Amino acid sequence: MKKQLFGLFAALVVLIGFNACKPKNTMTAVSGDAAAKAYVAPGKFDEYYNFVSGGFSGQMSVYGLPSGRLLRVIPVFSVDPEKGWGYSEETKPMLNTSHGFVPWDDLHHVELSQTNGEINGKWVFGNANNTPRVARIDLKTFKTAEILELPNSAGNHSSPFGTENTEYIVAGTRFSVPGDNDNGDVPINSYKKNFKGHISFISVDQNKGDMNLAFQIKTPGINFDLARCGRAKSHGWFFFSCYNTEQANTLLEVNASQKDKDFIMAVNWKKAEEYLKAGKGEKQKVRYAHNKYDEATHTSKSEIKTDVIVLDAAKLKDICYFIPCPKSPHGCDVDPTGEYIVGSGKLAALLPVFSFDKIQKAIADKAFDGEYDGIPVIKYDAALYGEVKKPGLGPLHTEFDGKGNAYTSFFVSSEVVKWNIKDLKVVDRQPTFYSVGHLCIPGGNTRKPSPKYLIAYNKITKDRYLPTGPELSQSAQLYDISGDKMQLILDFPTIGEPHYAQAAPADMIRNNGQYKIYKIDENKHPYVTKGEKDSKVVREGNKVHVYITAIRSHFSPDNIEGVRMGDEVYFHVTNLEQDWDVPHGFAVKGANNGELLIMPGETQTLKWVPDRPGMFPIYCTDFCSALHQEMQGYMRVSPAGSKTPLMYSLGAQSPDAEAVTEPAKK
Amino acid sequence: MKKVPFFVLILFLFAACGGSDTETTEAEGTAGSEETTAEAPKSMVGDVSQYDPHRGEGKFTSVDVGDKLDAAMATEGEKVQGVKCASCHKLSDERLVGPGWKGLTSRKKPEWIMNFITNPDAMIDKDPELQAQLEICLVRMPNQNLTDNEARSIYEFMRKNDGVK
Repeated sequence: MKKQLFGLFAALVVLIGFNACKPKNTMTAVSGDAAAKAYVAPGKFDEYYNFVSGGFSGQMSVYGLPSGRLLRVIPVFSVDPEKGWGYSEETKPMLNTSHGFVPWDDLHHVELSQTNGEINGKWVFGNANNTPRVARIDLKTFKTAEILELPNSAGNHSSPFGTENTEYIVAGTRFSVPGDNDNGDVPINSYKKNFKGHISFISVDQNKGDMNLAFQIKTPGINFDLARCGRAKSHGWFFFSCYNTEQANTLLEVNASQKDKDFIMAVNWKKAEEYLKAGKGEKQKVRYAHNKYDEATHTSKSEIKTDVIVLDAAKLKDICYFIPCPKSPHGCDVDPTGEYIVGSGKLAALLPVFSFDKIQKAIADKAFDGEYDGIPVIKYDAALYGEVKKPGLGPLHTEFDGKGNAYTSFFVSSEVVKWNIKDLKVVDRQPTFYSVGHLCIPGGNTRKPSPKYLIAYNKITKDRYLPTGPELSQSAQLYDISGDKMQLILDFPTIGEPHYAQAAPADMIRNNGQYKIYKIDENKHPYVTKGEKDSKVVREGNKVHVYITAIRSHFSPDNIEGVRMGDEVYFHVTNLEQDWDVPHGFAVKGANNGELLIMPGETQTLKWVPDRPGMFPIYCTDFCSALHQEMQGYMRVSPAGSKTPLMYSLGAQSPDAEAVTEPAKK
Repeated sequence: MKKVPFFVLILFLFAACGGSDTETTEAEGTAGSEETTAEAPKSMVGDVSQYDPHRGEGKFTSVDVGDKLDAAMATEGEKVQGVKCASCHKLSDERLVGPGWKGLTSRKKPEWIMNFITNPDAMIDKDPELQAQLEICLVRMPNQNLTDNEARSIYEFMRKNDGVK
């Protein structure tokens, strides 16, 4: 018996051994209890909310962990006809920019708001990579509340990363470009002379969340990739990874990989604040949109702003310092104590760990290797704590567990590597399927991580899911990291391309005062209809305003006549429900538009320009009750110049019959 | 107070019958951070033996109603009715989505009415009369998130509608 057991054990060891050498097939790395660990029974809640970037979908998705169940897709930078986002009159201004209405963007990174270096559950921020913007999503409504465009920027990649109390959200430009205030019509090969980088510091009101472009720092013309704030002892500093210090403007794949080392840029933002206060900034004329959604009026406003204050890092010497970092760093991540800064050079074969204390000493001692375009360059060894040797290929991003370990993703070797920060030794490695980008540990970028799970966001799925034609599913993978070894327990598909993500404990988010309804008596929409007795249709020239209500299961009015060709019809739909989870939808035949999805107590407006005379049904699109299929009405459209009187009614057969709601006198 | 142990026992029995259901119940009980005080915990659903068909179920145990109409309160109630009730209820005895209001205050106690309009879901699940009504109307009366004062003023308006002066 003993011999048999030994034999079995030996076989297992051999098997495991083989697997360890050759981890790249779909069946390895999953052990028997994986399903149980990721299983959340029907009717039970997940432990964490996971806010995941939607990449080129432009949206942000919300998953439950550990189940990987998709809970919601929050429309942010791209129109969403399902929710009326960018289609309703109320939300169109949210997508306005200095370039006009922009219906799409590319959301890469998310950042949960913090207090004292811990997640506070108030807001989550997202970046628009293409037309540079930062969005704030209110976690009481799970709706985009604010979008701020960024001047002097192009490719807002190094964003939106926040400070310990969300004093600021930063946004570093990926492309350096000539400033908006400078002439941009210059030869591209004049890059070194004319192209500049800018880092935006967006201040955030601690109570209301309102964003404001407080100042920008002008830097040499290089590419900014990612960033992290200092925390605890390094609060007051910010760290940005930089590449293309070669200042190449063509074939960057080769030309931006020439140097042995690029930089991490350390920014003393407290110092920058002092300079700002002392009036050392230069006010520049620029144009950028600032859009806000107001939950009282249920409408948004877009304002074009024209000023920004720019601090020049080459002139104001002690704001910015460069720290050499091997080969095009992507991640630049600060551990929970604030002492260690991990650079992940995506073409490097080692991971440098920098020490905040040593950086401070190097600055005090002026241990510099000269300057780069006017910015002091700290000596590599003077800033370095140590290097993790041969950790893997293509390091990208590091998160922390708060127990002294770091977890780094390796894109080229498709793995997650756990290593000890103090002794810089690799502790464990697990394969990902495949080509992992960012990682997420709930609170993994804060002072207090919650190290139960780690999620890897992959770039390639190849053979992991049923194929769906040329484009395959995007995916994330969940690891249990509560033990010494990481254990893969779940694959789950995601929308768009999942870049970075963050996660927070479920109780914090669901008990944050989330709205269940909008109170109808607090609805200050200019076209609200508070009760069916107030529903009406008003003509103002060729504009027809329909004040219409929705409740299970009818609209008031539901018969409208007297609209003519050449009219613009505005359906202002007020949902009179005051109960949780009872939105109504609204659609009209032939509208070159989306639908409306109106939350209880909310008013939303659909613009409709009839294209032909005839009869046009309206109906509720969101199944609301047993009589949902009865929730409908008709719009009659007459030819231009017709004498059909404007009439509206509910429950009446004709103007002669008794109406529940009085027909119009006109 | 003497009733408490019995109540707890009943709860316990229900929990025992439903397997390890307690976590779910807790989760749902706290999911609504505000204004869900009137919501009955799920484990109580179907506990018809505890249900009082005269009082209904909810926060109102006794309502002081004057002999005469409080006209100001009735006017307040009429305003609320216009926004939150009139879409579905006529003031006559005719049914629209739900039944007309005429004569309601003489058929039902004020506690029952005020509990129903503030706590409809729990009562629809238990009240035999409401279940019969649901078979006719097919739409569950929505919870319109009335405050206590709104509920009281609506009741006063119902009295006015029934001819109380």
